[in-house]
Amino acid sequence: MYQTTYHRASSVDEAASLFGKSSEAKFLAGGQTLLPVMKQRLASPSDVIDLAKIKDMIGVEASGDTLTIKAATTHYDVATSDAAKKAIPALAYLASLIGDPAVRYRGTIGGSIANNDPAADYPAALLALDATVKTNKRSIAAGDFFKGLFTTALEDGEIITAVSFPVPAKAGYAKMRHPASRFALTAVFVAQTKSGEIRVAATGASQSGVMRVGAIEAALKANWSPSAIDSVNIPASGLLADIHGTADYRANLVKVMAQRAVAAAG
Amino acid sequence: MGVEGIGARVVRKEDKRFITGKGRYVDDIKLTGMTHAHFIRSPHAHAKVKKIDSSAALKMPGVVAVLTGQQLVDDKVGNLICGWAITSKDGSPMKMGAWPAMAPETVRFVGQAVAVVIADSKNLARDAAEAVVVDYEELPAVADMQSAIKAGAPQLHPEAPGNQVYDWVIGDDGAVSAAFSKAANVVKLDVTNNRLAPNAMEPRAAIADYDAAEEHFTLYTTSQNPHVARLVLSAFYNIAPEHKLRVIAPDVGGGFGSKIFIYPEEMVALWASKKVGRPVKWTGDRTEAFLTDAHGRDHVTHAEMAFDANNKIIGLKVKTYANFGAYMSLFSSSVPTYLYATLLSGQYNIPAIHAEVIGVYTNTTPVDAYRGAGRPEASYLIERLMETAARQLKVDPAALRRTNFITQFPHQTPVIMAYDTGDFNASLDAAMKAIDYAGFANRKAQAKSQGKLRGIGVSCYIEACGIAPSKAVGSLGAGVGLWESAEVRVNPVGTIEILTGSHSHGQGHETTFCQLVADRLGVPISQVSIVHGDTDKVQFGMGTYGSRSAAVGLTAILKAMEKMESKAKKIAAHALEASEADIVIENGEFKVTGTDKAIAFPMVALAAYTAHNLPDGMEPGLKESAFYDPTNFTFPAGTYICELEVDPGTGKTSFVNFVAADDFGRLINPMIVEGQVHGGLVQGIGQALLEHAIYDANGQPVTASFMDYAMPRADDVPSFNLSHTTTLCPGNPLGIKGCGEAGAIGASAAVINAITDAIGKNNLEMPATPDRVWRTINAA
Ligand SMILES: Cc1cc2nc3c(=O)[nH]c(=O)nc-3n(C[C@H](O)[C@H](O)[C@H](O)COP(=O)(O)OP(=O)(O)OC[C@H]3O[C@@H](n4cnc5c(N)ncnc54)[C@H](O)[C@@H]3O)c2cc1C
Repeated sequence: MYQTTYHRASSVDEAASLFGKSSEAKFLAGGQTLLPVMKQRLASPSDVIDLAKIKDMIGVEASGDTLTIKAATTHYDVATSDAAKKAIPALAYLASLIGDPAVRYRGTIGGSIANNDPAADYPAALLALDATVKTNKRSIAAGDFFKGLFTTALEDGEIITAVSFPVPAKAGYAKMRHPASRFALTAVFVAQTKSGEIRVAATGASQSGVMRVGAIEAALKANWSPSAIDSVNIPASGLLADIHGTADYRANLVKVMAQRAVAAAG
Repeated sequence: MGVEGIGARVVRKEDKRFITGKGRYVDDIKLTGMTHAHFIRSPHAHAKVKKIDSSAALKMPGVVAVLTGQQLVDDKVGNLICGWAITSKDGSPMKMGAWPAMAPETVRFVGQAVAVVIADSKNLARDAAEAVVVDYEELPAVADMQSAIKAGAPQLHPEAPGNQVYDWVIGDDGAVSAAFSKAANVVKLDVTNNRLAPNAMEPRAAIADYDAAEEHFTLYTTSQNPHVARLVLSAFYNIAPEHKLRVIAPDVGGGFGSKIFIYPEEMVALWASKKVGRPVKWTGDRTEAFLTDAHGRDHVTHAEMAFDANNKIIGLKVKTYANFGAYMSLFSSSVPTYLYATLLSGQYNIPAIHAEVIGVYTNTTPVDAYRGAGRPEASYLIERLMETAARQLKVDPAALRRTNFITQFPHQTPVIMAYDTGDFNASLDAAMKAIDYAGFANRKAQAKSQGKLRGIGVSCYIEACGIAPSKAVGSLGAGVGLWESAEVRVNPVGTIEILTGSHSHGQGHETTFCQLVADRLGVPISQVSIVHGDTDKVQFGMGTYGSRSAAVGLTAILKAMEKMESKAKKIAAHALEASEADIVIENGEFKVTGTDKAIAFPMVALAAYTAHNLPDGMEPGLKESAFYDPTNFTFPAGTYICELEVDPGTGKTSFVNFVAADDFGRLINPMIVEGQVHGGLVQGIGQALLEHAIYDANGQPVTASFMDYAMPRADDVPSFNLSHTTTLCPGNPLGIKGCGEAGAIGASAAVINAITDAIGKNNLEMPATPDRVWRTINAA
């Protein structure tokens, strides 16, 4: 790791102002992505501004038809939150599948979506549930937030403060774990909104990051059941291929995981 | 056996320090004035080193030196060696390409060091390393064996035309051809034994400390065999004579073979410490471990097995290509030859065997012994062949094995090994019973009704352990003898120190070795300590690998104990005014048999040191030593059966049951044995399902971190069902066979046999990743 200056911010405003004063600052939340990269000397921020202890950025709340997860809430806290388990059990389940216990105790939802790894879990939930990303400047619909591999709509110095999820009528998540990293080799989140819209998002599959799967959405709209997906054709072109999964295999997984997610959603 | 004697499940003495974070590893050691080394490593798989410009780095704060491969050559530091000479079938010696500790001219794998920065801290050394400019001229590289042996392939070493290390044969070609010509059935199989990265929990590390006044070096290093390290560093690398070099291997966090070998880093640390006049420390990180720790396995094999009309095996022929990587590591030459082909008879009566092994250089990390070393490759091949044969001949796989088991001992195989004892039917029976083999068909049908493909796979392994009779290995080309030494030092207060040449890096010697002493003397193990891993304390030793520490190392301790006891009995007899022949040792006392006359062991020890009243002519003191050279290998064997389910939608394997019935001869501590079996099985399952060290066509490693290289985790493996059947090894007085490698040797075949049974297709390479299994299920 290169030399860096560490700051612990106590409020969102303080974090934003510290960012403005440094030449090449980075926000730090759980550190599960940023710190390994710094240790390998692949990132060299002049200043590191820790958001993880900002009280206003931690917590899970349900009110009416919305579940709000503040950005610095850890995966473990989401997985074990009664509010989350009651409002959107599939989301709490998703959080329980992230990485391993060490990662879940530290890693946060804000860090995960800011990073937008093409195999991360949360982006699929945000997209399928039509969530809204709240920042210190604005609100961004999930569909506008994810912009391809490791890219988001966030501006320099913009801080995610929370994510709000409309509570769906039904939702399910199924994940095939990457055998080494435990990220998603491919995972699918399916949701039926209270207004009857069907939204399906797959992560770990596409070369351009998290994606909606229109063909499966159409099939499920006609018939909400796992067997409705049997006849869907998912082309392998544009899908990721690596030593752990060929593009054909991932295309198959998009279908199989969607079927299992529907079965889990009930 | 007593509560702490042989056979007792004694809790490990060493675990208190390990689980409370009080272990003392090389990286925990800090010396006054210590500097830190950071190696500059080649990013290319094959390149010429044109120029190294360290001028900017040398001006940076805290930088002590930047040393290069050329300086090593100038100082006449020797190249790395391979210590086992193998002769090709045409009579020519193996072709060893020169391997300097840092490359002065040519790099041949990604991660090979070209220079080292020595600085006041590790971070400063890393900073400076980035300022060193190395000018490379890239050369074409070749990473896979099939390409490397083709005409026109990039050539690695001028010494080795065609990238061939050797072309070695064993067995009787004529007898095999004759057998095949009268075969009723021939079974053919191509298998790949995937390359593995060993990944000990503790990365390699070294601290070298040169004392200019004494012209003496001390090396702290992560070694499985510190004496062998000293021998090689002295005899071949021109570092210092043995009495001027002390090698200490303190707590070592796992080795699995990878810490047997002498690596460039410790050589460079020693040399650099003298050059800079300060201690030099190097601790590898995980990336360096992936790039530079010797890898394991990496064979491509074609085999054919001939059967007569009664399904008896009448011949076996094998042709194996073994990947050596870019250089020959310390024992690499022996692994695919004498540690592999000599086990090709498996548990079976095979009258004729012929094997040819072609060693190949590629632009990859060097390959050497890794847990099992050659024997997993042999066992995997034979057990895949047996399963394939059973399918082709349409007989039950367990029954086919039974038809061919060796049942008479000793048994001379056609490939050198003479099996001393065993009962292969007993372990097969035990495993079949434990898994309810007879009820499998029902379970399979039931799983099918739930959409799951269930399979069962048998693996009957045998290994040659207790490495090894010195004369025998000498005749096969080994550069060292493989005996072990021990010393028993009784202190005047009756506590006992056992000095051993074995080295514990996770095996629990501090407990098991004490159990032998407790067993013989009836003293508590708290009165006994084990001293190992320091060439200044222990006179000599060959270290720990090849499941040898109990069969060879503990036997040496037994021999020294017997000498010590014999003298102690004389002292006791003298004190008790009895005849030496009447003295028996019980519960820490020396007693006159049939009487209540006794003297406590500490009083005997005290008498030996006060020397006030010893038998006439007896030397004072109570200390004895012994060297023990085994007369044969030992032959642990057993049966593993795995039952699993494959999810046809994803190709993912889930274990239902895994049973192991091992014959390790006598067990010293069954709990520790179970731990060894668990670890070995996990490594075998890791090879079968998860692990694979992969290079792209240009020799770039694809799996150089845990994000890509899939190590088995606890939830990847089942809860194991272990049992033992026992035939005592006749070759050593304790009847021990060894248990350190069995799991890794036998498990992979059981898993692949089970998956291929489940999916109904025989050809499936390791690792059987979900993707690969799914594609095999769906292949036309
Ligand atoms: C071994 C391992 C396994 C993993 N497995 C999985 C998995 O299975 N599924 C999965 O989804 N993820 C996985 N992860 C990633 C994990 O979920 C991380 O928590 C996540 O990627 C980043 O979150 P973090 O809080 O640690 O962020 P950090 O590492 O602290 O930061 C990551 C990036 O986000 C920025 N950032 C952080 N918080 C904010 C904010 N509030 N506003 C704006 N920018 C911010 C940082 O500046 C940085 O650029 C794994 C990680 C590891 C190390």
